[in-house]
Amino acid sequence: MPKRLKTPLSEEDARGLRAGETIYLDGVIYTGRDEVHIHALEHLEHGKKIPVDFNRATLFHCGPIMKKVDDKWFVVAAGPTTSSRMNSLEPQFIEQFRPGAIIGKGGMSQPTVDAMKKYGCVYLAITGGAAVLAAKGIKNVQGVEWYELGMPEAIWIMDAYNFGPLTVAIDAHGNSLYADVGVKIKANEPKARERLGLK
Amino acid sequence: MVTEADIQNAVVELLRKTVVRLPSDVEQALNKAYETETDEVPRMQLKAILDNIDLAKKGNTPMCQDTGVTIFYVTLPKECKVDVEKGIIEGVRRATKEVPLRPNAVHPITRKNPGDNVGDRMPYINWKVGDKDYIEITVMTKGAGSENMSALAMLTPSAGLKGIKEFAISTLLRAGSNPCPPTIIGMGIGGSSDICMKLAKEALLRPLDQRHADPEIAKLETELYEAINMLGIGPMGLGGKTTMLGLNIEYAYCHTASLPVAINVQCWAGRRGNVRIYPDGKTTFPTHEG
Repeated sequence: MPKRLKTPLSEEDARGLRAGETIYLDGVIYTGRDEVHIHALEHLEHGKKIPVDFNRATLFHCGPIMKKVDDKWFVVAAGPTTSSRMNSLEPQFIEQFRPGAIIGKGGMSQPTVDAMKKYGCVYLAITGGAAVLAAKGIKNVQGVEWYELGMPEAIWIMDAYNFGPLTVAIDAHGNSLYADVGVKIKANEPKARERLGLK
Repeated sequence: MVTEADIQNAVVELLRKTVVRLPSDVEQALNKAYETETDEVPRMQLKAILDNIDLAKKGNTPMCQDTGVTIFYVTLPKECKVDVEKGIIEGVRRATKEVPLRPNAVHPITRKNPGDNVGDRMPYINWKVGDKDYIEITVMTKGAGSENMSALAMLTPSAGLKGIKEFAISTLLRAGSNPCPPTIIGMGIGGSSDICMKLAKEALLRPLDQRHADPEIAKLETELYEAINMLGIGPMGLGGKTTMLGLNIEYAYCHTASLPVAINVQCWAGRRGNVRIYPDGKTTFPTHEG
């Protein structure tokens, strides 16, 4: 049976997960992508407070489609965005705000893997493009912050229920499925090149 | 007579169908990929994709939150008195609210988002005049995760076919897990730098099961398809047999001193749609029949 965990994840929760495991989440998750990272770090630099507490929280690299009906927000589609765009900001973000989990797709580079190991954070992969499936796991939208950044770039505060399946793709011990696949790709490359008549 | 309102309505319907349902060739390729995979991780990824496709159809909901930017290809009849451009722009504006689409179009520097997917040169429209009596509008709703992995190389003629293959494999190795594989690859060869990029995108409009009419190009399509799938990047870059669902190439003659080659990367959600608007205002949707 896949594990089912409640957010926010304690450091113990996060360190108890291993790359390759499948899990489901319940509890609050925050969306945040390019602009949220830039904005949050700028706020910090200027000594300003940010509107949510990311400590041990679950950050979802996602720019959803939302719909407002009678003053209440609903999720239409909420799949992950490409996490690697946040590669240059994530290590600093993790160090400063200490999230417990980051949900995204495509994986992240070594400095982020290192920061996750140091601060006890995990990277959970959810299938890219499967946005209706993901939206099924969001039971309520609590609200939105930084809406002025635009619908895809705002912080959406969502209540997740049985959200997943999520693959632990980078764990808090320095293991990364993407790095493992990378080794296999390197080994496969000569065969592919041979098929093309390249050296 | 076709009115601007007819164009608007057709565009809203076209965008709704396009973001909700995949063309049959793409869905078939995904089903085949699921049958081909044997390991648990890639099967789980493809299962999520297939489940999601069904949920989107049942709920009449966009399959992916990234409903892209709207790239249009329009073929006008020789005589056309209606303002097709205005109809398309207003259609995009309405579809953003009614479908809904995610408001993706922003100013490139200020990043200000007008909220309706309309701005300078967006929607982008490619025009042609044809010999039919209907207006044909094709749209690609192009997401950024895959588009960001696209690339152009201005090779020297001496680099030749090997150079083209080298560029293809290195571009897709670099793209890796980022563009939501299994991907669909559009390649442009020849022309000038801008023509080559355009051809790469247009190549994505051809169904996956149709090879190029030129046997040499068809052979290159098959070779690259097989070779890239040997890399093992797999669905979502988590490993597996299916890195790519298909690869199409379009070419143009080029200057004797140059060899442009371009790659446009499309995620598994290869959303394209078209509508024909007849003189009496009736419409058909060839990519989304049934």
